[in-house]
Amino acid sequence: MMAVYFKEMLDNFRDRRVVINTLLIGPLIGPVIFVALIGFMANQTTERLQSTLELPVIGAEHAPELVRFLERQGVVIKAPPADPEGAILAEEEEVIVRLSPEFGDAWRDGRPAPVELMVDQSLRYAGTTVSRVRNYLDAYGRQISHLRLQLRGVHPELTRPIQIQIDDLSTPESRGGMVLAFLPYFILITVFVGSMHMAIDTTAGERERKSLEPLLINPMPRWKIMAGKLMATTSFALLTLALGLIAFVVAMGFLPVEEMDMALSLDFRLAALAFLLVAPAALLAASLLTILAAFAKSFREAQSYMGMVIIIPMIPSMWILIDPTRTETWMTLIPLLSQNVLILELVRGEPVNWLWFGLSIGSTSLLALVLAAIAGTLYNRPRFIFTSA
Amino acid sequence: MIETQQLRKTFNKGKVVAVDDVTFQAMDGQITGLLGPNGAGKTTTMRMLYTLLEPDSGQMRIDGVDPQADPIRIKRALGVVPDSRGLYDRLTARENIRYYGKLQGLAEDTISQRIDHFSDVLDMGSFIDRKTDGFSQGQRVKVAITRALIHDPRTVLLDEPSNGLDVMTTRALRLFLEQLKREGRCVVLSTHIMQEVAALCDRIVIIAKGRVAAQGTAGELLEQSGQTNLEDAFVHLIGSDEGLLA
Repeated sequence: MMAVYFKEMLDNFRDRRVVINTLLIGPLIGPVIFVALIGFMANQTTERLQSTLELPVIGAEHAPELVRFLERQGVVIKAPPADPEGAILAEEEEVIVRLSPEFGDAWRDGRPAPVELMVDQSLRYAGTTVSRVRNYLDAYGRQISHLRLQLRGVHPELTRPIQIQIDDLSTPESRGGMVLAFLPYFILITVFVGSMHMAIDTTAGERERKSLEPLLINPMPRWKIMAGKLMATTSFALLTLALGLIAFVVAMGFLPVEEMDMALSLDFRLAALAFLLVAPAALLAASLLTILAAFAKSFREAQSYMGMVIIIPMIPSMWILIDPTRTETWMTLIPLLSQNVLILELVRGEPVNWLWFGLSIGSTSLLALVLAAIAGTLYNRPRFIFTSA
Repeated sequence: MIETQQLRKTFNKGKVVAVDDVTFQAMDGQITGLLGPNGAGKTTTMRMLYTLLEPDSGQMRIDGVDPQADPIRIKRALGVVPDSRGLYDRLTARENIRYYGKLQGLAEDTISQRIDHFSDVLDMGSFIDRKTDGFSQGQRVKVAITRALIHDPRTVLLDEPSNGLDVMTTRALRLFLEQLKREGRCVVLSTHIMQEVAALCDRIVIIAKGRVAAQGTAGELLEQSGQTNLEDAFVHLIGSDEGLLA
């Protein structure tokens, strides 16, 4: 059994393509995409909040006081483009203010004076800018209404019958957790990527190069040969997982966490816990992919099955992304879903619930062992051995 | 020594009869040739002997042991060069052979000694430490033979050993098989090439359509068929010349 294990390890380490794909690109792709994505999102938001707001205003002459107020707030008033509607639709401007000649009349009469904001609300990225403009306009409106009430001897507080105050009890960790919702997917996928090539090479590959039949003529029970192969595949998956987690911890260091006002806690202690949590999934992935690959007659055929399997760990992640609910005990009993929710708990900074950990590891190991046992019986059937029989 | 009694094997729930009724013996210190056209059932018979297939009915004994009752013991006693002779391309010839030695449970020293021995006998010195990627057919067969015989088995089965070999390698193979015979081993090879059998085999078992059409020494076969050369005898005994040209 160990002979099979060492041979498969040696054989696959010799293949530069495997080493690069599984041990380099596999672990790195997740963290890199992830950090790039989050870093970009964070930068965009902060940039929009802090950059000077250049605001095209049509008919600035109708409301000089308002315009002056805006300028005092640091807004740069621009001359409007020739075709304002066109400019919005062509995404040249995010928001344009239009002041009509009636503004002055309405103002003097004490009627609400119209201010028109031209926006395209389907453009999500413009949202920050639009709400900034609205905040300035609201502030101006409040200021004027207070002045008017004071002139008439009314206390301005009267117009504020209630005061809303939001106490945000989320900790920086839990806000970070929302951003990290798809971190579990990136971690889980490493065990699938890590075991994929090996699972194919040791089964379908063995058949394609016609070395399976001579291999099975050796005086070893077939399940032992399969066990050696599974061990090697699982080792690769674990290695990829470990490298992936290390890459994540390192990559997190590059994130502008403080600007985003959230703590993404993924240090080596949490990474070690995550490793413990996902380790049974490595055997699960190895067994599942090995069973599938054993059905295939060639490397190519096996690869086409693999594409679909990679979607499996995605399902729980997607579900959590769409419907974020509280972690409940039953979730920790479902392999792959349990790793998802528990990794989220970890990065959210919640204390470790050892019962949940145990349930997750136990249930995943159980399923993995069942699959491994099925894999062990595969070579008892002649149709899995011979290339044509 | 190998004995089989009325072996029968079907596929697809009995629809395809691969081996119908095969009874033959192969003695120690002899080379026995299973001769027959393609698809006659030679490979299936071999696969039953080396326990990768189970017969539907019939009896087999290898040195008195039933392969089905104790497959691991049989696999230890047999050296098999099957039709599939795949090697691991990323390993050297020596590593390929050593892997099989380990699977046979041999000690490291024994494996090294045996590899050196075969490297001499089969003239593999120039490529034994090269990765097998890009090996010629002849080199591959030599490696496949070495890894099959690494544990010094008493009984040797070869399925179409000379397939794809050039004249020189075929000749080297023939000399090697004769040496195995002199060492007192029981050698069984399957082939569809008449000349090979004529030159090499002590006993010939002619298989056609899953049945043994005739068996005996070359002389006995000639006598049975009343022909003067082996090729005519073969055609006469299987009743057609189908498959001979393959």
